[in-house]
Amino acid sequence: MLQVNNLHAQAGEKKILNGITLTVNRGEVHAVMGPNGSGKSTLAQVLAGHPAYEVTEGTVTYDGQDLLDMEPEDRARAGVFLAFQYPVEIPGITNGYFLRAALNELRKARGEDELDPIDFMELAENRLKLVDWGPDILGRMVNAGFSGGEKKRNEILQMAILEPRLAILDETDSGLDIDALRVVAAGVNQLRRPDNATILVTHYQRLLNYIVPDVVHVLAAGRIVKSGGKELALELEAKGYDWLTGGPRAA
Amino acid sequence: MTTAYLTDFEAASRNGGSKAPWLTGLRRSAIERFAAQGFPGAREEDWRFNNLSPITSQSFLLAPVAPAAPTTQDVARFLYSLPGGCALVFLNGRFSPELSTPAPRIEGVTVSNLAAALGTHGKLLGDHLGQYAKIEKSGFTALNTAFGHDGVFVHVKAGAAMSGPIHAVFVSDRSTAGSVAYPRNFILLEAGASGAVIESYVALQGGSYLVNTVTEAVVGEGARLEHSKIQRESEQAYHVGTTHIHQERDSHSTSFSISLGAALCRNNLDVVLNGLGIEGQLFGLYMGRGRQEVDNHTSILHASPNCSTREVYKGILDGSAHAIFNGKVYVTPEAQKTDAKQTNRNLLLSDRAKVDTKPQLEIFADDVKCTHGATVGSLDPLAAFYLKSRGIGPLLGRKILTYAFAAEILEELPYPALRSGLESLVSARLEEGAEA
Repeated sequence: MLQVNNLHAQAGEKKILNGITLTVNRGEVHAVMGPNGSGKSTLAQVLAGHPAYEVTEGTVTYDGQDLLDMEPEDRARAGVFLAFQYPVEIPGITNGYFLRAALNELRKARGEDELDPIDFMELAENRLKLVDWGPDILGRMVNAGFSGGEKKRNEILQMAILEPRLAILDETDSGLDIDALRVVAAGVNQLRRPDNATILVTHYQRLLNYIVPDVVHVLAAGRIVKSGGKELALELEAKGYDWLTGGPRAA
Repeated sequence: MTTAYLTDFEAASRNGGSKAPWLTGLRRSAIERFAAQGFPGAREEDWRFNNLSPITSQSFLLAPVAPAAPTTQDVARFLYSLPGGCALVFLNGRFSPELSTPAPRIEGVTVSNLAAALGTHGKLLGDHLGQYAKIEKSGFTALNTAFGHDGVFVHVKAGAAMSGPIHAVFVSDRSTAGSVAYPRNFILLEAGASGAVIESYVALQGGSYLVNTVTEAVVGEGARLEHSKIQRESEQAYHVGTTHIHQERDSHSTSFSISLGAALCRNNLDVVLNGLGIEGQLFGLYMGRGRQEVDNHTSILHASPNCSTREVYKGILDGSAHAIFNGKVYVTPEAQKTDAKQTNRNLLLSDRAKVDTKPQLEIFADDVKCTHGATVGSLDPLAAFYLKSRGIGPLLGRKILTYAFAAEILEELPYPALRSGLESLVSARLEEGAEA
């Protein structure tokens, strides 16, 4: 589904990704881990088309298409979804309006009819259950005045409504208390299907107690320094990152 | 170009001018004032950003009686469903009873058109008219005082309350091309009274005309006023308006100013806080496109202690539009414990659009809390990326984010029908784009 080959990217003059290569197949969950500054969030944002980063080398193929040649909105319409580490607040626009507008853009791109507000409410009420929320949240302004946990939960609600084929979760677990983490993880698990794939970008192993990955990659200095099965995450939990990244050994 | 106005004044005075000596005197001194000072010039600080030549280089004579009277259906699109309220419709500056709806009869509340009130409430008007928006303020106010003979009149006696808002709708039709209307409104809320007035300025068709309007509102001790002005003139027209709100002790006022229309629009809003414990809120939203010029000059005079004002004005400029915001806050030495907060935010949607924003704080008391902030910017690229990442492309994303910018003001509007009416107008406007 997704082939990343020798990907280099930079922000301004600062090189952040220095040759990432990875393949994600349908039905798989990949965890991308690494210490702060290793480039894992940059990888997530580059895949979604964030304008702050410039790709200087390498290729990304998504379902046979050149992903890097696509506008961010076209990537979304093709089924790529990024759950933001810092979701953007948009006071003045309700969550319900925003979600319906986004869903209808995706539906139009697929040649489907747009949903009117009534049909949308029906769909939304069903998806709200996945994140354990009532319909009130649709009347609130997008992320405005939300707690950190609510913002992350709102990202998962968007994902539940937009039904991406490739979901990239950028540190969705950071800043969550254990209850919020469970809600978010349960939402992600229920959205797992044999024909879609998930990339979890995370600093900590604890999310992986709830969402079990098929493959774990460790990033350091913009490169994947080790890949393995789910047990690699446990090893990281026990030993820290330094034995892989060449940094000072933990005592 | 002042001569034509003087000739017009003499003609108007001969044809059924006022009988009341105070009014004749007021109008006479107003036209003399105009004859002496003329229109404001670019050398005057308050007008230095304006290019008034489209107004001052031609002579706008009094608007004719509409030759083909519009029907109720023609004006229905300008009305809102306002429970307990009523609509007073003025056509080319003249009251149209046929197009208006009768005001509910409430004990202690008088709502009528000013021309009628000059007969029924002559004494009251003689005491107040022209006492707040003074003819010395500018040539425009002087002209309005000399010519203005109709508009909305509201008088709420002590302790009484209006049952709903009065919507004064000033309609210009095709026959007003090259002419001027002088709406004149007066609102008096006595102690403990409450009332709400919405002024709409609209056009049945496009056309180049001038509307020069003045509203005086007196808010008595402990009274509450809600005043909204919705300016939707033809985009070839000129609109110059002054709203003067005079507040007494413990009173409360909220003012909305929404400007969408006119080639050139100048709104003056003067709020005078004359007593302890007064609260005032001033909200504004202006949108410009094409070559529209929209200017909001607000002035708040804190003349007494323990008063608070909050002002939020927002502008959206597209095409080659030009906006001016000047927010004056004057705090006298007596006005200790003043709490004044002013914000002006501008969104530029095009490289050619331009904003001149100027906070003007003059503070002569030492124990006060006064803040101001002015910003001019474009749409947040991070927010735009957030929308794109959800499949919402740049065109729709721009509309959504621009609407969101306006929503902070729209959400504050009173009455669901007024709010949703303006939400639709703003959305439609964004749909039409930069030039239209």
